[in-house]
Amino acid sequence: MTDAARLYEVWVYLQAEPLFWLTLTLGCYLLADGLYRAARLFPLLNPVAVTILLVSAVLVGFGIDYERYFNGAKFIHFLLGPATVALAVPIYTHWSTVRAARWPIMVAVLAGSFFAIAITWGLAVALGLEASTIKSLLPRSVTAPIAMGIADMIGGVPSLTAIITIATGITGAALGRFVLDMASIRSTAARGFALGLASHGIGTARAMAKDPKAGVFAAVAMGLSGVVTAMIISLIFHLLTVMI
Amino acid sequence: MLGGVFIILLLQLVGEAVQKYFDLTIPGPVIGLLLLLGLLLILRRLPRRPRALDAMRDDVIATSGHLLNHLSLLFVPIGVGVILHLPLLEDQLLAVFAVIILGTIATLVVTGVIFARLISRRDLNGGADD
Repeated sequence: MTDAARLYEVWVYLQAEPLFWLTLTLGCYLLADGLYRAARLFPLLNPVAVTILLVSAVLVGFGIDYERYFNGAKFIHFLLGPATVALAVPIYTHWSTVRAARWPIMVAVLAGSFFAIAITWGLAVALGLEASTIKSLLPRSVTAPIAMGIADMIGGVPSLTAIITIATGITGAALGRFVLDMASIRSTAARGFALGLASHGIGTARAMAKDPKAGVFAAVAMGLSGVVTAMIISLIFHLLTVMI
Repeated sequence: MLGGVFIILLLQLVGEAVQKYFDLTIPGPVIGLLLLLGLLLILRRLPRRPRALDAMRDDVIATSGHLLNHLSLLFVPIGVGVILHLPLLEDQLLAVFAVIILGTIATLVVTGVIFARLISRRDLNGGADD
C-alpha cells in the first residue's frame, strides 16, 4: 500500500513536468514510425496521424488536459519555426531545377490555389454549412499560421481553421500516394508539388521523407500557395464588400 | 552545429520582426526561409569569399538536414490539440470532414495534373522557352 502510494506520488510529480510529455511524444513517434516501416509504408498508418492518436489516447485515458501536455510538447512545437526556415536549404541545393521550372510553378500555384478555394467553397455550400464555418474552411490548404491569419481577416474562427488545416494536412499526407497513383501522376516533381499545395507542411514532410526532389517542389508549392491564397481570398472578399 | 542553429534562429527572428513591423500576412518563419535562400544564393555568386563563410554555410546545411529529417514529428503537439478540440465542431463535424477529404483529393489531382502537363510540355520543347 505504501509502495503504491509512493508510486502515485511519483506520477503526480512527473505528470506536472514537461519531461514526461516530451518523452511520451518522442516514444509514440518512434513507435508509430516503426509500425509504418513494418507495414511497408502503408498510407493509412501515416506516422503523424498514428502518433497523434496514441498521445491523445494517453491524455484522454489519464484525464490530462491539453494545456498540461502542451507545456511539455511546446519544446517540439517550437522547432516548427526553425524547420520552416531550414526548408530554404533543399530549395537551394535544387535551385537550378526550381529555376528551370519557374513558369510552370507560377501557373500551377495560381491555378491550384484558386481551385482549392473554389472546391472548398462549392462543397461547403452544397453541404449547407454555416457561413462562419465556410469562412473558417476556405484557407484550409495553406500552412496553419497563414490560414489562421486569413480566417481572422474574413470573419472565420481561427481555432476552427487550425483544426481544419491540420486535418487537411494529414489527409493529404495519408491519401496522397494513393490518390496520385490513381490519377497516374508519375513525375516526382509533380507529386511533390501537389502534396505541398494541397496539404502544406504535413504534405511537404511526407514528400521530403519520400524523395528530396519531391520535397523541394512541395516546399516551393507550400510557400508560394500560402502567399497567393492570402491574396486571392482577400481580393475576393474586398470585391464582395465593394459590390454589396 | 551551434553556428547553424544560431543562423537559423537569427533569420527566423528577423522574419518575425519584419512580419510584425509591416503587419504582413506571410508568417515570420516563411520570411526567414526567403532570407536564408537569398543569402545562400548570394554567397554562391561571391567569387572570393572568406573560408569562415563557407564553413558557416556548411554548418547551416548540416543543421537543416537534422531539423528536416523528422519534420512530421513537429506537427504532433498541435495535432493532439486538434483531436482534443474536435467537439468544437459539434453537429457540423461530418460535413466538415467531407469537405476536407473530398476537397483535398480533388486539389491533389488537379494540381498534380496541371503541373505534370506544364513540365512535360517544357521537356518536349527542350526547355527553351525561358
